[in-house]
Amino acid sequence: MDATPAPLLVAQGLTYHRNQDRIFGPLDLRVDAGEAVLVRGGNGAGKTTLLRVLAGLLEATAGHATLLGRGVDADHLARHCAYLGHRPGHAPEIGCLAQLRHAAALHGVDADSDRLERALAAVGLAGYEDTAPRRMSAGQNKRLALARIALHPGRLWLMDEPYANLDLDGIALVDRMVGAHTGAGGGALLTTHGAYAAPPGRVRVLALDGSLA
Amino acid sequence: MTTAPPDGVPVSYRRVAAAQARRDLALVWARRGQALQPLLFAVMVASLFPLALGAEPGKLAPLAAGITWVCVLLSGLLGLEALYRSDAVDGSLEQMLLSPAPLALLVAVRIAVHWVTSAAPVVLAAPLLAEMLQLEARLLGVLMASLLLGTPLLSLIGAVVAALTVGAGRSGILLPLLAMPLYVPVLVFGAGSVAAAAQGLEHVGALMLLAGALAIGLVLGPLAAAAALRISHS
Repeated sequence: MDATPAPLLVAQGLTYHRNQDRIFGPLDLRVDAGEAVLVRGGNGAGKTTLLRVLAGLLEATAGHATLLGRGVDADHLARHCAYLGHRPGHAPEIGCLAQLRHAAALHGVDADSDRLERALAAVGLAGYEDTAPRRMSAGQNKRLALARIALHPGRLWLMDEPYANLDLDGIALVDRMVGAHTGAGGGALLTTHGAYAAPPGRVRVLALDGSLA
Repeated sequence: MTTAPPDGVPVSYRRVAAAQARRDLALVWARRGQALQPLLFAVMVASLFPLALGAEPGKLAPLAAGITWVCVLLSGLLGLEALYRSDAVDGSLEQMLLSPAPLALLVAVRIAVHWVTSAAPVVLAAPLLAEMLQLEARLLGVLMASLLLGTPLLSLIGAVVAALTVGAGRSGILLPLLAMPLYVPVLVFGAGSVAAAAQGLEHVGALMLLAGALAIGLVLGPLAAAAALRISHS
């Protein structure tokens, strides 16, 4: 095991403005390999926006971020980080297994049906291989999205409200997944407004206050 | 500073394109009622003309090519809004934006699937429409050639415009308003080639222009649509 954790993601002075309004920042943050960072904040504190900026979906108005020691650009980001948005990220009409197969191919993962089925079973969706997500509950949709994240080769997980819609079992599942990921040298940045997030392993909390300047 | 070693497998463009095509086709199949809309629309509009104008022999013939082209063009507008809408709503678009595969490649696949499933059936039905509208049989070849060159161009232009408006929520009237001026030259040269042939004039020039525009569109269309998606989805 490497004793000195290498920084996975470092951001300095990160700020985002929508039109003239400051959404968050300036913010310094750092996610090391092997740790999970919980971003806490109330509704409207800018948690989702922060994650979208870090994922490269939005461009920061000030400050900069480096991922694995390199300035963040779209291609670099895409190869190294998995993003779980608050939207499911899959079409409601296509069966779970086909969705995962497509997502894996999109991220350059060569996964056979066996591996995909195991990924589905790991999130408690065994038996739902051909079921369309629109026939499943919001929590089950979230579980399918989690299976997608688990297949992603990226070292950094950006998860927006991963606990939303999940039952107690599902919450434990997210904690377990994040623990396993950080245990294997990955890093995770999770947003949450609740107090039930308790992934095992090294966890730091970043408070994002939504107070106006 | 050295570049970070890329972990993960390098993305095979062919495999990504195949996966995206499979998924898009599956989606079209799941929404096949919606996919048939353009064809139904074109057939319905074309069949109303003989009823409204009367079907005496030779009356519709001079208008046939123009009406067919307008039907095809308007039917293409129908499916345009759906091109990225559902993906933007369910978050699939975010995953496409975050894929290490070039977005232009994914968009190109999307446009190709869209053309094959919505425009191609209308083009295949064009001989039927032309027959209903009493088009002279000798002009059918020119009409089909102009449609085969023109409709992919319409799909490519439409994909760029739809990408621009994807961030605007339900864009309603905005999309057709933006697309229409760009569609007009395609219509002019497409219908124009048949009109020229009907008068025994040179018609290959117009078809060549369409072919040239299509060649440019095939290269630039997906790139422009991908850039527009990145802008409008932020």
